[in-house]
Amino acid sequence: MDSPGVVAAFWVLSALTVGSALAVFLSRNLIHAVVFLVASFLGMAGLFITLSADFIAVAQMLIYAGAVSILMVFAVMLTPLAARDNANSLFVLPGVALGAAFAAVVGYTAVNVDWPQVAGEALDARSFADTVRGIGDALLGPYLLAFEMASVLLLAALLGAIVLVREDRS
Amino acid sequence: MSLPETLTVTLAHYLALSGVVFGIGIAVALSKRNAIAVLMGVELMLNGVNLALLAFSRFGAFAGGTEPLAGHAFVVFVLTVAAAEAAVALAMAVLVYRRRETVDLDRISLMRW
Repeated sequence: MDSPGVVAAFWVLSALTVGSALAVFLSRNLIHAVVFLVASFLGMAGLFITLSADFIAVAQMLIYAGAVSILMVFAVMLTPLAARDNANSLFVLPGVALGAAFAAVVGYTAVNVDWPQVAGEALDARSFADTVRGIGDALLGPYLLAFEMASVLLLAALLGAIVLVREDRS
Repeated sequence: MSLPETLTVTLAHYLALSGVVFGIGIAVALSKRNAIAVLMGVELMLNGVNLALLAFSRFGAFAGGTEPLAGHAFVVFVLTVAAAEAAVALAMAVLVYRRRETVDLDRISLMRW
């Protein structure tokens, strides 16, 4: 992880991700907030690529930047009389304080703990050339039960969403 | 060609970044008035967690027999749950709007004492 390209990509993409996430908080229009959220998701997908997680990065673009954000735009458009100003509630000061405190604690821990991590040659050897095969083996091997439960969960969520928003015809 | 030691990107960089994204998600989720904006904060928090999982998968030292790609498999599950949660939560927002003509969480106080 010490080639100049990866280092530059990390800093540019983290600036994009964090800046867009801050813009989600600061923007004065809900639709603009969704657009900044998509930019943040895309920056995060780029960071996943720097971690050589190619499959997860593409899944992130498809699911988050594609599907979830479209769902949010739909939800905004289906609530036309609701406020669009992305306003803060009275809870804004405790919320920002808690978020800043959390980020500070995690940042301090991340920098000061001596993590058991690989470096140098071993790290280069870890640059997953082929993650899809490994993820597939893991999902249908040791995590088979969780995989099946996830499929049931998705089906339940799908049916639940349909039942919830169905118009009552009676 | 490699950079000096101080410029390399390590696990700590990714973990600190994931903490920052998670913190911004907390701030958005706690302080926004619109239910859809709160959901955006939750998605940001999930994204921060995914970054931490993938960073550990890339950099972490594992005991023998532990599969480094387990972190990737876990992220797949997080993505699944996030998609399900977003679908149901947005359906609930639309439903609340239909009943009360608002998604303002300060005004949805039916169950508050």
